[in-house]
Amino acid sequence: MGQLVQIRDMSFAREQRILFDNLNLDIAQGKITAILGPSGIGKTTLLKLIGGQLTPSSGDILFSGESVCRAKRAQLYQMRRKMGLLFQSGALFPELTVFENVAFPLREHTQLTEPVLQTLVRMKLESVGLRGAEQLMATELSGGMGRRVALARATALDPELMMYDEPFAGQDPISMGVLLKLIRDLNQSLGLTSIVVSHDVTEVLEIADYVYVLADKTIIAQGTADGIKSNQDPRLVQFINGLPNGPVPFHYPASDFLKDLAAQ
Amino acid sequence: MINQIQRIGERSINFVTRLGVAGLMLVNALFSQPNWKFLRLVGLQVYNLGVLSLPIILVAGLFIGMVLGLQGYNVLVSYGAEQSLGTMVALSLLRELGPVVTALLFAGRAGSALTAEVGLMKATEQISSMEMMAVDPFKRIIAPRFWAGVLSMPVLAFMFSMIAIWGGSFVGVDWKGIDSGGFWSVMQASVDIHQDIFYGFIKSTVFAFVIVWVALYNGYYAKPSSAGISEATTRTVVNASLMVLALDFILTILMYG
Repeated sequence: MGQLVQIRDMSFAREQRILFDNLNLDIAQGKITAILGPSGIGKTTLLKLIGGQLTPSSGDILFSGESVCRAKRAQLYQMRRKMGLLFQSGALFPELTVFENVAFPLREHTQLTEPVLQTLVRMKLESVGLRGAEQLMATELSGGMGRRVALARATALDPELMMYDEPFAGQDPISMGVLLKLIRDLNQSLGLTSIVVSHDVTEVLEIADYVYVLADKTIIAQGTADGIKSNQDPRLVQFINGLPNGPVPFHYPASDFLKDLAAQ
Repeated sequence: MINQIQRIGERSINFVTRLGVAGLMLVNALFSQPNWKFLRLVGLQVYNLGVLSLPIILVAGLFIGMVLGLQGYNVLVSYGAEQSLGTMVALSLLRELGPVVTALLFAGRAGSALTAEVGLMKATEQISSMEMMAVDPFKRIIAPRFWAGVLSMPVLAFMFSMIAIWGGSFVGVDWKGIDSGGFWSVMQASVDIHQDIFYGFIKSTVFAFVIVWVALYNGYYAKPSSAGISEATTRTVVNASLMVLALDFILTILMYG
């Protein structure tokens, strides 16, 4: 099976802070690939780079063999029709109902008649268990429901690649279980390729076919979920077991606090 | 000294960069194929920007017209020239006050609303999500608002002038007792379609272009925080108002200088 996304020698810096340094990463077609790493490491930025919303300072990102970085505006928008991104915030349109939110990409890109469009939207809502909520306003939804509606909207155009940005953040155990099942089921039933970016290690390792762990501007480990669990790299052991002390610093870089206090 | 030169250089580069970004935004927004979906969006924005601005424009126009009528009458009556009140009111409104005051009110009412709306859409990732759904926000969000603003404001300016002239006549004719026939016929004789009405229309179109451009740019590139949006909204009202006043001077020189 081929690679849907290929990242080649990619570097990216934001306001003089280097987030990625010569990163190489492949996303296999039809699989769920997880990208794990501590907060602030640039996981969301990586999704925006794949979606062409940001441009790397060097290197290249290929989607279906085509360069996302060098694509012209119209070409990039064509590529994005084959991508879906579930934002951490959901990013629903607050002035629209649940139904209209999911119908939005269909109304923009297709000429479907109203009955066909309604059936399609209801099918998408049914797949996330929210067909009964179609007349609610987006502002009336709980965080978990909002994310499921956003998922229905992101899959409305049947994308080839589905990207999930921290899908489990702030979810109660039931919502988390539902989302896990949804990601797995959608990947299988729609034949998608999925990228799940998260720091919820246990949940992600349950569904991922392949895992990359990012830290220190690059990949520190990769492999299957079992391979990652048994990896003895101290940085990985600290991250997976949630240990406060270890090679990955808890503190943002700063001068010595005791010295600073003494100087005052 | 070196630091000051460096700061001036940095600001100049930033200014030119911002101008370039704003220009690109405008070009991307304007060059789109109009279709019925786009026209529907423009119609919706004409309602938001134009129709909802009507109350403030009409009320302000009425009061400004009445004040103009009263002040004009007090001055003209001492020369026995109160019959010229209609001319004075109509010319000052059609040439200057109509386009300029409407533009200032439009910047405050519609410009600030545009900046806040677009800024909030950006801050809540709605624009980002649109981009990822392969919907170009320049064409879906910016272009309809731009055209709606440019279409609405000249109409608002015209309505402002109409109700203000009526306000002037209310004070001059109904209250101070100037002869109604004289008031209207002198006005009719001295107002020129090209020199006064058309030039006023050009002015308000140019002002609308600037206000909407400034408002949309400030909203689209606002910092995604509450302080950032508040700062962008203030910047829209201040910058657009000052640009309107400066442009008015330049246009007046070109038209009547």
